[in-house]
Amino acid sequence: MDRHRPPLSAQAWRAFAYSVPLAFLAFFFVFPLAEIVERGLVTGGGESAWTVLTGADTRSVLWFTVWQALASTALTVLVALPAAYVLGRYSFPGRSVVWAVVTVPFVLPTVVVALAFLAVLPEGLQRGWAAILIAHVFFNVAVVVRVVGTFWARLDPRVNEAAATLGAGPFRRAREVTLPLLAPALSAAAAIVFLFSFTSFGIVLILGGPSYSTLETEIYNQAVRIFDLRAAAVLSLVQLACVALAVVTTTRLERRLAVRGQLRAEQDVVGRPRTLGEKAVVASSLGGLALFLGIPLAALVERSLAVGGGHSFEAYRALTQPTASLLATPWEAVINSLLYATAATAIAVTVGGLAAFAIAGSHTRRTRALDGLLMLPLGASAVMLGFGFVIAFDRTPIDFRSAPWIVPVVQALVAIPFVVRIVVPTLRAVDQRQREAAALLGATPARVWREVDLPIALRALTVAAGFAFAISLGEFGATVFLARPDRPTLPVAIYRFLGRPGQLNAAEAYALAVILMALTALAVFLVERVRVRRLGWF
Amino acid sequence: MLRVENAGVRFDGKTALDQVTVEVAAGEVVSVLGPSGSGKTTLLRAIAGLQPLASGRIVLSGHDLASVPPHRRGIGLVFQDHALFHHRDVAGNVAFGLRMRGRRPQEIERRVAEMLELVGLRGYEHRSVATLSGGEQQRVALARALAPAPRILLLDEPLGSLDRLLRDRLLDDLTRLFAEVRVTAIYVTHDQAEAFALGNRVAVLRAGRLVQVGTPDELWARPADADLARFLGQRTLRDGSIVRPEAVHVTSADGQGNGVVESAVRQGGAVRLRVRLDGGDTVEALVTTLEHPAPGDRVRVQIDAMEVERSS
Repeated sequence: MDRHRPPLSAQAWRAFAYSVPLAFLAFFFVFPLAEIVERGLVTGGGESAWTVLTGADTRSVLWFTVWQALASTALTVLVALPAAYVLGRYSFPGRSVVWAVVTVPFVLPTVVVALAFLAVLPEGLQRGWAAILIAHVFFNVAVVVRVVGTFWARLDPRVNEAAATLGAGPFRRAREVTLPLLAPALSAAAAIVFLFSFTSFGIVLILGGPSYSTLETEIYNQAVRIFDLRAAAVLSLVQLACVALAVVTTTRLERRLAVRGQLRAEQDVVGRPRTLGEKAVVASSLGGLALFLGIPLAALVERSLAVGGGHSFEAYRALTQPTASLLATPWEAVINSLLYATAATAIAVTVGGLAAFAIAGSHTRRTRALDGLLMLPLGASAVMLGFGFVIAFDRTPIDFRSAPWIVPVVQALVAIPFVVRIVVPTLRAVDQRQREAAALLGATPARVWREVDLPIALRALTVAAGFAFAISLGEFGATVFLARPDRPTLPVAIYRFLGRPGQLNAAEAYALAVILMALTALAVFLVERVRVRRLGWF
Repeated sequence: MLRVENAGVRFDGKTALDQVTVEVAAGEVVSVLGPSGSGKTTLLRAIAGLQPLASGRIVLSGHDLASVPPHRRGIGLVFQDHALFHHRDVAGNVAFGLRMRGRRPQEIERRVAEMLELVGLRGYEHRSVATLSGGEQQRVALARALAPAPRILLLDEPLGSLDRLLRDRLLDDLTRLFAEVRVTAIYVTHDQAEAFALGNRVAVLRAGRLVQVGTPDELWARPADADLARFLGQRTLRDGSIVRPEAVHVTSADGQGNGVVESAVRQGGAVRLRVRLDGGDTVEALVTTLEHPAPGDRVRVQIDAMEVERSS
């Protein structure tokens, strides 16, 4: 280090950390959003916004979006509760492995999940509302198991015993004690599942078939297939309003349900299953979940090998050959995805990391506003981002639609909220006394930051990078708008293959999905190695 | 009323409770005294039905409870650290057992008011339990357990988490309350003073085994073995005789005498002296005067022969 250069003053550093993410968001998020508002409400011929809004098509799409999201949420909670109970109440060999494995579906790209259910469902059920619901349950079960299971593992079991000594049977104990105490975790998990199901794109697009459309897929249809930009913009605004309403409602609900109970340390709560009955409950809950999660993925692998009556690697070998389905060989799609995801990860970690330092470092209204702004891309949905990019960056000098960096930027935008949510709590958790101790031992403020904050931040940033990579790799909703036909990513290539008839096309789609699944699993596996303790529910 | 017969409990192959037999008569309070890990809590949980027995049986009013689940036993339990329902207010906690028994709302309201009056928390009905102090939470837990009029009340170190001053006050309140409602109870504690203050009889547990059952006077006068005597604060001499502090008289000796003071600790009104006799034995004594010998002083020790227990 250069000893003579004066260190960047803390204030200048904070201003830098604050303004870079702000400028990034203003240009790549607020500007396209404003463009959507303008296109939807002001310019752009065709029908008036009101006509689109009140049309029968819009109403049926909105209705389907809402009820499938509600049904998906309810089903997910029902399927997840037994496993959450077992993980929250019992310790057994391999518990931490189960804990990690149960998370796998959640990090899988939606396109992979959709293909897994195409592979496993019988002919008649492959497309339609039932397929959508079951795929949503598969995708989201991890959220409920992790959020509720973690909380359950800290609920004092003696409260339940107290109810028993007061005359409450098992059923009443569940209804009057356990459920109300679990309510905060249950509602938080349900809110997340509802939002994911509401804005789900890849699953609905692939499994919905022509007759089932949500707001998200309808925006895509209007913009890309029918080319009615006015309708797409209006639907985007409806989507945004619905998500905002859902977020406000669930936040209120969570605040009302919050119970200030004493939570206990996990090791005081969980115990070995003792009786035969308890062991049966543990085995059947986990076994059932393993089958539900494992069978579709196994079917996906099986289908990628099924070519011409037997099983072979024919489809994998064909990936290096040119195909009528794409303007590139499928193998190039793998390379594209890796390059794009690497670039997106670099952008997301830089911008998200700077934002996290700004947010964690102070509690002013300014940084809280940045925090909120950074979360918005989550709710705005990937399809909206892609659509916004297409209509915002379509004129000189900002015609970036075919620029090679535009795909990584939009993928980074999707990943940034996750990066911030992983890094901020870690930075905030740094014990102030550690900094004080370092200072008392003679460290200058810059040195304190380097010796105390940075090592902790690096670990969190590594974890965040892994997740950003996995998210970018599987990103579909925004990328499908922006990826050039000659430079498809894996999810886009898979989708193109599905639109083509023929057994080899299908098998190549499954083969690409298997590769995508393997790459994602590898990224998450490496992250799990780095991470020593659980950070939030990710 | 309640009879525990040869009760045994095992955890992962380890014996937590071994052949314990205790009986509690109607209207009687039995204290269970023992150090931590002695099986006191396990005994209570077994009686409440929260812990299955490996052997023996528990009989309440002539009925074997083996096949009766906890919620049908009609046994009240006050938990260590209270285990209150944080999602309900004070009244909601106290009313819980009454609602489970399907009592009418007016009756529940009356009974809740009566219970809160009894424990000195009138007007606390709609307070959140999270806002209460430790002592107040303790009283709510007691009111909750008493409200459905259980056949027998079990208390698991109810004062364990409170500070000393509060503990002394609540101990007085409990003594008064037990007399008032004529409750049949088992009171578990590791504190000798609490056990003696509340129990008509005291059962001493050690390592899952019952050491002795008797009135406080019987225990003090004839502890079953040397370990119990030491646990109670009595000293065993080399010849096997047991010396209680009140049998030891210490006077200052100006360099003469037959022992040296090793420590002097003030405990309220009295000072507990530990004195090493020239013969090698150590005895303890209580001095109630303001002036007392200091560590290192030579003192004259006389032991009242009438008060010494010869071990047989």
